Amino acid sequence: MRILTGNDLKSGAVTWWTGQDWSLHVEDAVDVSGSEDEIASREEAARRVNVPYAIDAELHDGKPRPAHIKDRVRALGPTVRPDLTLKPADPDIGNWVI
Amino acid sequence: MYLYDQYDQAMVDARVEEFRDQARRRLEGKLSEDQFKPLRLMNGLYLQLHAYMLRVAIPYGTLNSRQMHALADIADKYDRGYGHFTTRQNIQYNWIKLEEAADLLADLAKDEMHAIQTSGNCIRNISSDHFAGAAADELVDPRPYAELLRQWSSFHPEFSYLPRKFKIAVIASDTDRAAMRLHDIGIQVVEQDGELGAAFYVGGGMGRTPMIAPCIKDFVPLDRLVTYSEAILRVYNRFGRRDNKYKARIKILVHEMGKDSFTQAVDEEFARMLDEGIEPPFAELERIRTFFEDPLFETGASEDIDRSDPDFALWVDRNTVAHKASGYVSAVISLKPVGGIPGDATSEQMRLMADLAKDYSFDELRVMHTQNIVLPHVRKADLHALWTALDEAGLGSPNLDTIEDIIACPGLDYCSLANARSIPVAQKISERFAANGKTEALGQLKLKISGCINACGHHHAGHIGILGVDKKGVENYQLLLGGSEAEDVSLAKITGPGFDEAGIVNAVETAADVYLREREDGERFLDTYRRIGMAPFKEALYG
Amino acid sequence: MDNMATENDRLIRYREDEAVDHAAVTVDSFLDQSSASAVRVEPGDDARELIPHLERLALVEVNFPAFGDGRGYSSARLLREAGYEGELRAVGDVLVDQVAYMRRCGFDAFDPDAPLDESDLEAALDRWPEVYQPAADSRTPIWTKRHA
Repeated sequence: MRILTGNDLKSGAVTWWTGQDWSLHVEDAVDVSGSEDEIASREEAARRVNVPYAIDAELHDGKPRPAHIKDRVRALGPTVRPDLTLKPADPDIGNWVI
Repeated sequence: MYLYDQYDQAMVDARVEEFRDQARRRLEGKLSEDQFKPLRLMNGLYLQLHAYMLRVAIPYGTLNSRQMHALADIADKYDRGYGHFTTRQNIQYNWIKLEEAADLLADLAKDEMHAIQTSGNCIRNISSDHFAGAAADELVDPRPYAELLRQWSSFHPEFSYLPRKFKIAVIASDTDRAAMRLHDIGIQVVEQDGELGAAFYVGGGMGRTPMIAPCIKDFVPLDRLVTYSEAILRVYNRFGRRDNKYKARIKILVHEMGKDSFTQAVDEEFARMLDEGIEPPFAELERIRTFFEDPLFETGASEDIDRSDPDFALWVDRNTVAHKASGYVSAVISLKPVGGIPGDATSEQMRLMADLAKDYSFDELRVMHTQNIVLPHVRKADLHALWTALDEAGLGSPNLDTIEDIIACPGLDYCSLANARSIPVAQKISERFAANGKTEALGQLKLKISGCINACGHHHAGHIGILGVDKKGVENYQLLLGGSEAEDVSLAKITGPGFDEAGIVNAVETAADVYLREREDGERFLDTYRRIGMAPFKEALYG
Repeated sequence: MDNMATENDRLIRYREDEAVDHAAVTVDSFLDQSSASAVRVEPGDDARELIPHLERLALVEVNFPAFGDGRGYSSARLLREAGYEGELRAVGDVLVDQVAYMRRCGFDAFDPDAPLDESDLEAALDRWPEVYQPAADSRTPIWTKRHA
């Protein structure tokens, strides 16, 4: 599947396209195969997202997981500072990234 | 140290307001991201892997305790309570919001700091010797020349859209502590017939095509320093390649033209510029020098150090450096605790370092390109009290220039350019050597890790270097041996096929063991490598 | 004619004299012929080749096909250093955030691809209370003022 990501223009936070809006959580991302360019340019023009781009992802326990490690680190946060990631309480989250 | 006058302050304040206006226009959609990007970069603001990242300049690595306190306050107010000291004497904050960036810059400006030209295709923060003004071996303090060049290069109207970034380092001793010959311009202040001048090395750099800068002029009189720099920049701006980003640094121009033709082009430009009134009045250099006069060192300060505490004695041996004033040393605060993140400091640690600088080092701190902090002027008599306070805060690691004193770029944990993580490798190596007890025996061993070919972690210049690469979506690490960023500068060579994360930690230990087996009296790792060559290391690694 | 009118709308000049009304020629054709008084310098051109002929030039256009290509700043400044006093016009991808530096390098006219917002332009040109270094304008550097 293809999922769409970018950064929030004001805060810089990593965001994912949910079909209606942008979420901080990659689990909320939806497949945009075929319509990624259209959504990306529309949303960027409306300044709801900054520099959007589509990436490959696979379903993992029913939720999208980016195919490449860089996008997984991006989705979670720095692996060396679990306290600063989106899932600070999940001891197994490292396995999801690597 | 240098203090702003009303002119400097007015310029920095104007820049903050310019950026505030640019950020507003971006948020309102009047500027596209393509148009805004070079503007925000010239104010140090990146869009990184997780968020906006701000790089704050620490010109020639020097700051006072008030400024270090301000950096700590910014970490708390605008970021997540910490900062990362970089290999070019800057500090980076990783979680900045665009809508707050102008306020952050305004806060910086209140304490005479800025993020001007810390990124972008312009002249970057001027770096220098972190022991400047303190080192026993320096000719003069190099920082006045760096400050003069800072002013010249700030908001330079002709050189703000160069082919690529441009880095300058200034030193004034034969010992190179600033990786001078791995800069676009490296300047060494030298003496000739009783007169001071500058030797210019041009076209060094790391990145994907590492090169050592050749000396293009062994003596430029100090009253021509700026004009000569301007001539170099003009030749570069006009003729540097713009067709390929990876061939756009001045090192490629020097290489393709040849050193002699390049020098001739600079000399011709210089000759034309001599009548253009580019050089500042010499009185300006003299004015700047007054800010860098020695603090009032106590005469007859005691040379004695009570070494009865072995932990303290080890720290003194490893982390203090000879000073030009008797009874004083420069003390290095390691930001490399075992298993820690190289170069990171919490706001609390920053405040402690600031307070200790005030108490023990004439209010001065330095940032090293090796991502540590220096208190440049510490009385030997105060060392024990200083060490005790540092040790309690986790800042007392006795590991300067050892294998645990690892340079590491932020890598894939933070950086959108990275291909592999650097920090976890650094953490595992420091843990390995702290556990196996070989650190002491290995002595000086400079280990440098980059998470991609851009080489922010200086892997080309490591006695041992590690380069992270992406091998079909999996992190892989190449091992390099034999580099040096110092006066014995050399570029490291790759050993062979790469390793996975566990494998690279083992490989480093294997290489270290070859050294321990093969070394002769007094040899550092680098010396042994240079004597015996790559073959014994390859044999042990892959044989 | 329509094109011409649009172009004039965008043209910003900081000169009193009449604008040259004929098209600029390339550096190569300028050097080949003697009649043209307007030339267009592209980023890869060596503006120094114009120096022997400055007295017959009334307009030098310096093209910025992309704003990030800064060669035009050097072209402009070295022409001013050589004594050129005619119009120096930045054309192409000329944006409001670059015009202050362009003015300092000797440009006294702008013909941007996209019109510049007037108030943004005014703010940009009034931005800098001082300058650190000398350039092709007449502003006195800070380091000269400090020791006046």
